[in-house]
Amino acid sequence: MKTLLQLFWAFFKIGAFTFGSGYAMIPMIEKEVVDRRKWFEKDEFYDQFALASSAPGPFALNTAVFVGYKIKGWWGSLAAVLGAVIPSFVIILVIAIYLTEFSDNRYVVAAFKGIRPAVIALIAVPFINMLKRLPWYFMVLGCAVAAVICYLGVSPIWFILVGAIIGVVLSFYEKPKIEKRGGAE
Amino acid sequence: MIYLQLFLSYLKIGFFGFGGGYAMLSLIQNEMVTRHGWMTATELADIVAVSQMTPGPIAINCATYVGYTVTGNVWGSLLTTLAVCLPPLTLMVLITIFYNKLKSNRIMQSAMKWMKPMICGMIGAAALLFVNGTTFFDWKSYIIFVVCFLATWFKVDSILMICLSAVAGILLYV
Repeated sequence: MKTLLQLFWAFFKIGAFTFGSGYAMIPMIEKEVVDRRKWFEKDEFYDQFALASSAPGPFALNTAVFVGYKIKGWWGSLAAVLGAVIPSFVIILVIAIYLTEFSDNRYVVAAFKGIRPAVIALIAVPFINMLKRLPWYFMVLGCAVAAVICYLGVSPIWFILVGAIIGVVLSFYEKPKIEKRGGAE
Repeated sequence: MIYLQLFLSYLKIGFFGFGGGYAMLSLIQNEMVTRHGWMTATELADIVAVSQMTPGPIAINCATYVGYTVTGNVWGSLLTTLAVCLPPLTLMVLITIFYNKLKSNRIMQSAMKWMKPMICGMIGAAALLFVNGTTFFDWKSYIIFVVCFLATWFKVDSILMICLSAVAGILLYV
């Protein structure tokens, strides 16, 4: 029970005091999980994190799951996830209720007129940064996908499925790279 | 039965939400704005701004806020937040258990490689959908965009940037 509470509390702090995307939380999670509690070795943590970031769902929760699972199995995962979620839930709920009340206030209306263009900038920059790191044919594909989703209203789910299927099929045709490793696998 | 529909919609968003909060946005848009018409693109843009500025992961903040906006009460928030927790509590648990098998799995790596341009496109679509007459309604809003774009490009803190753009909005439009 004590460990469950520790897990809950560790991720509660992470949920309550970090801002932005899951990636922005890595340093804080590392400090808590690796340095302070010594639940993970640094390398092990980053290995698992790489896998967590390729799974669907919020990174922060996927990280909470693998950390919790190692310490206390499924209940550990649940405790960590609850810890990470509760601060968000409470804070946002209060803001949502409050903002709905004041949505006609002329200062609030004006502030959001200023904020909306900023939101586009906030999303456009990571898009361009991600695009830049892709080979040219994937850049073209990425832009085409963006246009089709936005202007034709096609669900992004189809693109995720098609991408996954192409990847799986191609993996059977590509020759495996033989890595020489010491010892038997 | 808006609650059931909302829960199922958000479950879809969770299970196909590869690539983090911003990529998830295009799924949220598709379900909430395009398919069901439960909110406008502008409302969603405002939700994103608030989610960015408040503590906690964007994806979870968004889920709670979207649930509240669609239903107007706490139960909607609870359902969407629960839905966004389910993929980690099921899929990610399996991934953790089979960690050693998946770590260097060639099939999975190839699938991830081909999903990457799709995820990138999803983020692009999220940005594009917010480009409309409500966001860009006069020349001043274009200037705010350009300044914010440069600020983000040169890694100015995003919370600070949103706060400043809110101040700019109050100064320019009150």
